Order: sequence, then C-alpha cells, then structure tokens
Amino acid sequence: MVGALVFSVVLLSQITSQTVWIENSKSFAAQPRFWPGVALALMVMGFGLQLWWLRRRRPNAQDWVEARRWLEPLEYVLWFMGYVFAVPVIGFLPMSVIFACGLTWRLGYRGGIYQGIAASFAIATVILFKGLLGVKIPGALIYDALPGALRTFFILYL
Amino acid sequence: MDILFAAFDVLARWDVVLALCVGSIGGVGIGAIPGVGPAVAIAILLPATFSMDPIVGLTVLLGIYGSSMFGGAIPAILINTPGTAVNALTTYDGYPMTLRGEGRRALSLAYSASFFGGVFSVVCLILLSPLLAKVAPMFGSREIFLAALLGIILVIVAHKGQMLVATALTGFGIFLATVGLEPVKYTRRFTFDQTWLASGVNLIVVVLGLFALSQALVLLTMDDEKVRISKSRGSLFQGFRELGRHPRVASISAAYGVVMGMIPGVGEFTAQFMSYTTARKLSKTPEAFGQGSSEGLIASEAANNAVPAAAMIPLLALGIPGEALTAMMLSVFYVHNVVPGPGLFLNQMDFVVALYLALLILNVLVVIFLLISTGWLVHLTKIPNRFLGMCILLLSFVGVYSIRNSAVDCAIAAVFGLIGFVLKRLNMPIVPIILGMVLGGIMEVKLRASMNRVKVPLDFIDRPIAFILFCIIVIILGTTLWRVWREWAPVDRQSPARRASHRFSQRIAGRKTRHFEVRTKQQRRKRKYDHLGS
Repeated sequence: MVGALVFSVVLLSQITSQTVWIENSKSFAAQPRFWPGVALALMVMGFGLQLWWLRRRRPNAQDWVEARRWLEPLEYVLWFMGYVFAVPVIGFLPMSVIFACGLTWRLGYRGGIYQGIAASFAIATVILFKGLLGVKIPGALIYDALPGALRTFFILYL
Repeated sequence: MDILFAAFDVLARWDVVLALCVGSIGGVGIGAIPGVGPAVAIAILLPATFSMDPIVGLTVLLGIYGSSMFGGAIPAILINTPGTAVNALTTYDGYPMTLRGEGRRALSLAYSASFFGGVFSVVCLILLSPLLAKVAPMFGSREIFLAALLGIILVIVAHKGQMLVATALTGFGIFLATVGLEPVKYTRRFTFDQTWLASGVNLIVVVLGLFALSQALVLLTMDDEKVRISKSRGSLFQGFRELGRHPRVASISAAYGVVMGMIPGVGEFTAQFMSYTTARKLSKTPEAFGQGSSEGLIASEAANNAVPAAAMIPLLALGIPGEALTAMMLSVFYVHNVVPGPGLFLNQMDFVVALYLALLILNVLVVIFLLISTGWLVHLTKIPNRFLGMCILLLSFVGVYSIRNSAVDCAIAAVFGLIGFVLKRLNMPIVPIILGMVLGGIMEVKLRASMNRVKVPLDFIDRPIAFILFCIIVIILGTTLWRVWREWAPVDRQSPARRASHRFSQRIAGRKTRHFEVRTKQQRRKRKYDHLGS
C-alpha cells in the first residue's frame, strides 16, 4: 500500500512536466491534463485513505513469508520472457515444444506421459492458432536455412 | 418479423455455426477446469477473434461467457471447488447432495436451472429490445458520459469493504487509458519521452496480464492436490422434472440475474446472493439450505446464468460495459468499427437480434452437450494446477505476442501479471482497473464532446435522461456516504457482534472468494482459487 501511494504521488508530481496545459482551450474537459489529474487524484486519495485506516502494527513472520511468496512468480516471468525472446530466433513450434516440456520438467512432472502431453499441447496450440486461426506470429530466423517450399510452409503455418 | 429473418440470415453461416459449437463446448470445458475461468479464456482468445467477422468473434466469446458457468457447476458439485468464481454458492447445496450420493441429481438440477436462467434472460432481452431501440437514441454524449460515470461509481460501491482500494484501482485504470498521444491536441501524456509509450498502454495487453498471466502465476506457485470423485446415482434428466416443481424460485432467481446483470458493476455475485437469500425466505424448508437443498441450487444457478445476456444490454444499447468480460468484448466491436450504442439499435438491429438468438441456441447446445459428456468432463477437474499454469502461460504468449509481435507488449503483460498476482494474494479486486481503463476512455471523449454545447453547468443536465442519471448518481453517492458515515466506528469500539459482522462483510466484499475458501477448507482441504473471475 505504501509503494502504491508513493508511486501515485510520484506520478502526480510529474503531471506538469508530462502533460500540457493549453491556454486557449475551449473547456476544462478538453485540457490534456484534466483526466490524468482526475485519475491520479483518485489514486492518491484512495491509496492514502486506505493506508490511513489500516491498523498499525509491526511486520511479523507471516508478512515475510507472504513477501517471499510475491517473489516466487519472478522465476516463471523469466521463463515467459525467455520464451518471448527465443520465438523470433528458434521459431514458434520448436520453441513452444521446448518451453512446454522444459517448464513441465521444471515443475516436477518428469514422467514420459506428462512430457508427451506437454509436447502435444504445444504442437496443438501452434497448429490451432497459427495454422488454423492465422494469428500473426512471424517466422523464425532458423527457418531461413530450410529449402524453398518447406521454408514458406514453416513461415506461414508453424 | 423481418428483423428476425434477417437475424437468422446472419447466423445461417457455417463459420457462425462452428463458432457457436466451439464457444459453447469450449466454454463448458473451461468452466469445468477449476482455475481457468471465462476471463482467462476470453483474454487469450481476444486477439485471435480480431481476424474474424464481428458476429463470429463475438459468438465465440459469448459462447465461452455463457457456457462456462454451466461447466463450473461440475467441480462445484462433485469436488466442492467452484469451476468459476460465480459457482461458489453452488457448492453450498451441490456438494452436500454429492456426499449423500445424489451427485447426478445435483448436476441435473444445476443444468436445468442454468438453462432456465439463460433462456429467461434472452427472452427478457428480446422483449426489451423495442423499448431499448426507442430509448437508446435519446442518449447523446452527456447521457453516455453520465452513464459511464454511473458505471464507475457502481463498480466502486459494489466492492463493499474495499471501496477505497477500488477507487484507487479505478483511478489507476483511468490513468492507464490516458497514457500516450492524446487524440485532440496530439500532445504526449506520461510517456517520459519513451517512444514505446507514445501509442499508449494496450487494453488487451493489460487484460491478458491481469487475468491470464496472473492466473498462470497463481497456479504455477500452488501445490497440486489429489481429486477424489465420489460415486453418484440418479438420472441426468430428473432435474428438469424437479425444476418444474419450483417455478417461483427459478423465475425470481432468473429475474434477479436479469436486473443485476443490466446494472453496470453489479453482476453475478449480487444476483446470486439476493436470489439465494430470497429463495431461503420463501422456502418451506429454509433449514435445508446449505445442507443440499434443491431450491438453493436452483436459486444460485438460475441467477448466475441469467446475467450474461442481461450484461449485453448496457454494452449493446449504450456501448458501456458493466463488467470485465463485456469490457473485453467491447474491443472486438472497436476493432471491426462496429460502434455499440444507440446507432447499433437503429442501423444494425438484425446484428443485435442475431446475437440474442446465438445466446438462445447456445443454451440449448450446452445442455445437449452436457447431458452427453458429463461423464468425461469430470476428468478435467483432475488436471494438476501447475501443469495448467504452464498451459495458460504458453497460451498467454500467443495472446499477447499476436497483437503486435512486440516483446515490449509481452514485458508489459508480465508486469501486469505480477500486479495481478499481488492483488490476488491481497484479495484485492482487479475488475476496477479494466473498467477504469475502458470507461475512463469513454468518459474523456464524451465529456469533451458534450462540453462544446454546454454554456452554464446546468445545461449539462437539462435533458430528461441526463437529469435522471444525474439524480441516480447523487442518490447513490449520498446513500453510500450516509451508510459509510453511520456504519463507521473504530473497530476497537465495536460490539463483538458488530465486529463479527464487519469481518464477514469484509470477507464477502469484492469477489467474496476468501469466504468460500475458508468454508471449502473447513469442508474439504486447502485449495485456493482467489478471484477466478475477478
């Protein structure tokens, strides 16, 4: 709550440098600064009053356990971002299979059945979204090494 | 009648039929898996629907929205874990029935009540259409601004016990909508000279982060548990006969669903609680509620399934989404340059009626599918949490990356995923951020447009609907402030009963899941699905 309040106050303090005030504006509502001002005022007021009404107490052991819980997902965010940066190089299909099987392994499902389901899920996702629904995910750098027709097929559908 | 035929014409296409089937079957499956929920599924599928026709895309999303609650009843009844957050009340009476060996009867009752609620709300929607078509054109810029403002206020007020946090998070949502190049004077707002911020913060990226990625992170950091499904007897058809014996409970509950669904920011939870309480008051056996009462089950399922169709009313008639799922659907309209609002009723009534009919057909398809497939849908509840988390993480990538092929978007989604994770851990609501983003953008545009014609402040409310909306806003603000003022007393000075009531209302506040979580823990084992639909 303190962090959220500090974040809101810092943003509010930047309002004059990050928004413009137009002298000959038709109305107050047409000022580019009006809505960011309203939003930040709501944030500062909401977080501030909530913090004011919270019961004061020293942090106990449970708070630190909770704080550690907040750090746990960072590992999976790194997995996710690694996947994001690898797809344009390695390709959607290969990287999805690697990601699904790798993360499944990391999560402790090391049996052949789970690895097989993870790989099948990754392949099905690629076929469904890129192959059938045609979502825009570009081809990878390594697909350039493939021969003519196969290269086009991989870029378009996998 | 011409409009009805035109609407059938819109639906009579192979891709719409396919979308109906995929949406309904997919929605049931998603609902049956605890930990996914319609919000996650719709957020992931949203970018994929942008390349489809609006009617096809919306049919898929509506299918998921409408049918997930049917599926959510399966784990709620059989393993005491709501498949979607709105099935939480179903566990109260459904699971005790399973423990008595009447699981199939409970499922059948849930399906029939859900079907009744769904059909009832679509019929109400169809009957209301002529009235909406007359009233909607009376909404100009200032009326839409006031309706959006009312929506924001209701979203905040609905989070009883968490109103301050909801206010702040709504403000955060409005702030996010203002970041980037402002469309009138083309000045930059809060871009900090970063080019990637010039185009603003994409709503879909935020939605995917807050709903899909955060849920993946929640599941990935959870423990897996063994799910044991009890044997049950009875026919899956007997519930339809039994529903006929409780027409009053079913009708009142569905009516609550319709009314609450229409009001922005209120939705399934309030509808469920009000219908459940009313059903209990009207019942000859109120003591059976919570112990496996068929009336209780009917009340909760009929109410929550009546909401999706009703929630489409403010979206279609005014272009104002009342909750997160319809806010996501609004982006499908915008992508295809179909502007929901008064103009839609005037110029594309066939499209609107086609959507209603799609919802009607959807309910029939879902019930048929459930009667055939309940046996194997039960096994979906056995998917381990963390494996499910991996699947959602992979699908989230597809959702975010396919928007603009941007790693920056993915990083922003990851940040919002972490914010969503923390908010879920703190039992704080997510919906105000999304509604703040959507309604904030609408309010900015409409207020600017309406101020051009306003010379003195009273001009703003000189039209009947604007005046009525203004009065409603004043009344809601007045009563809320009065209630807060009257109820407020330092916790230390409250009587034990008042303290207990305060604690209970805090648990129930927001998305109420913690209360059910505690009950679930008491009844069965530790299992957390905070804010599944929030």
